[in-house]
Amino acid sequence: MRVYLDNNATTKLDDEVFRIMTPYLTEFYGNASSLHLFSKETTDAMNGARETVADILGVSPDEIIFTASGSEADNMALRGIAKAYRNRGKHIISSSIEHHAIKNTLEDLRQDGYEITELPVDKNALVDLEALKKAIRDDTILISVMHANNEVGTIEPVEEIAKIAKAHKIIFHVDAVQTMGKIKVAPKETGIDLLSFSGHKFYGPKGIGCLYWRNGVRFAHTLTGGNQEKHRRPGTSDVASMVGLAAALKKAVANEDEEYRRESELRDYFESEILKKIPEIVINAKDVKRLAGTSSVTFKYLEGESILLSLSMKGIAVSSGSACSSDDLQASHVLLAMGIDPKFAHGTIRFSLGKYNTKEEIDYVVTTLTEIIARLRSLSPLWNEYIGAK
Amino acid sequence: MQYSEKVMEHFMNPRNVGVIENPDGYGKVGNPACGDIMEIFLKVDNDVITDAKFRTFGCASAIASSSISTELVKGKSIRDALQLTNKKVVEELGGLPAVKMHCSVLAEEAIKLAIENYLSKKQPQS
Repeated sequence: MRVYLDNNATTKLDDEVFRIMTPYLTEFYGNASSLHLFSKETTDAMNGARETVADILGVSPDEIIFTASGSEADNMALRGIAKAYRNRGKHIISSSIEHHAIKNTLEDLRQDGYEITELPVDKNALVDLEALKKAIRDDTILISVMHANNEVGTIEPVEEIAKIAKAHKIIFHVDAVQTMGKIKVAPKETGIDLLSFSGHKFYGPKGIGCLYWRNGVRFAHTLTGGNQEKHRRPGTSDVASMVGLAAALKKAVANEDEEYRRESELRDYFESEILKKIPEIVINAKDVKRLAGTSSVTFKYLEGESILLSLSMKGIAVSSGSACSSDDLQASHVLLAMGIDPKFAHGTIRFSLGKYNTKEEIDYVVTTLTEIIARLRSLSPLWNEYIGAK
Repeated sequence: MQYSEKVMEHFMNPRNVGVIENPDGYGKVGNPACGDIMEIFLKVDNDVITDAKFRTFGCASAIASSSISTELVKGKSIRDALQLTNKKVVEELGGLPAVKMHCSVLAEEAIKLAIENYLSKKQPQS
């Protein structure tokens, strides 16, 4: 059996979405910026996609900028605001659990002389609002906090952050890559000025992202070239991907509540089963509002990569919060920011469920996982010390 | 990052897992905060390693490195076993990704620490 539980990393392209995209990869190839007859269908399709996305978000089509990824949208937002508002100040507030698209961009801005404050989080990865209030200064130009954390699923209090930002006339950017199409995102109602997301997290195509830039917020470009996206993001328009993103978003939003309920139930079932069968595990951020499909589990006395690879050999795809599987040997910055002991942080696995997962698959994962954990623990000196001391 | 078949084979079917009660040589290296701990147990007879066992907390390459190192020193004289290098471990595993080289270093250190432990116990008697 092959079970895909890495939906926070990327999702399978929906078949229906693929069918809607296909003509724009084959039949209608005219450059959407051209004036001749070959551009009619592509220009119309691009406008249609923009309107669909704007409608869903409750914003105006000219506030939507298509990008090539969520990371690019994040980069454009942070660098753009830094540039447009540098005469007002050079202080930016963010959190300690942001995605690398934010974290590394801010680090780059720090090198350019901006001052960055990283807000702490509690044990459930919730951003500390009191720390936010204290961090605000006269020269703060931007607050950027993610809507939901990609590793543990915690949904951040963006409504409250928006109120605080507004009271101090600070621009508020939200990285909604993990929430778009999963829970309601309404930038205007919430008071969000800039919002980024990408298509492939809700069964749309890879290589397309989106940035909502509220009219009235000063714009500064970070990419230069042609006049696509109203001079804000140059590059020949990827119409097929825009159409795909819009179609996928429409479909995801239509099933949002039902799918949230279904995935929550499946995840709760998974968690209750492994808690029954596997000793010494911790489910992270279990008691706060979190994404329906995300389950972050710490298997004490083990290292994550060995669990990930053992599962992979049995056909199960997950992701590890342990750095051992990346180029960086530190444990995940999110887990460490939550105060998880580094020796346990290494043993954390993220199971992220999606709309194609079934109960039968979860049963297979529970059985397989139980065997794998027992095998790896028999090898682990830490586990044997723990058992010996008991 | 992909592992060689040999690494995966040793990871899924590690050789010499376990402990030796009252070992002649014992070495433990690594740190849980870094995500790796290796424990090596040696049984030595007439300066020849007659048995080697290990327990490892760590990633696939840490487990595979421990497994292959115990294989490499078993049946060897202490003098020959001391020649084990991390380079040899990597070679025998069919290569390791660059970020995982430290696992082979850890294996070399653990084996050497276990041998030193044997030698230090031996000295007062001779």
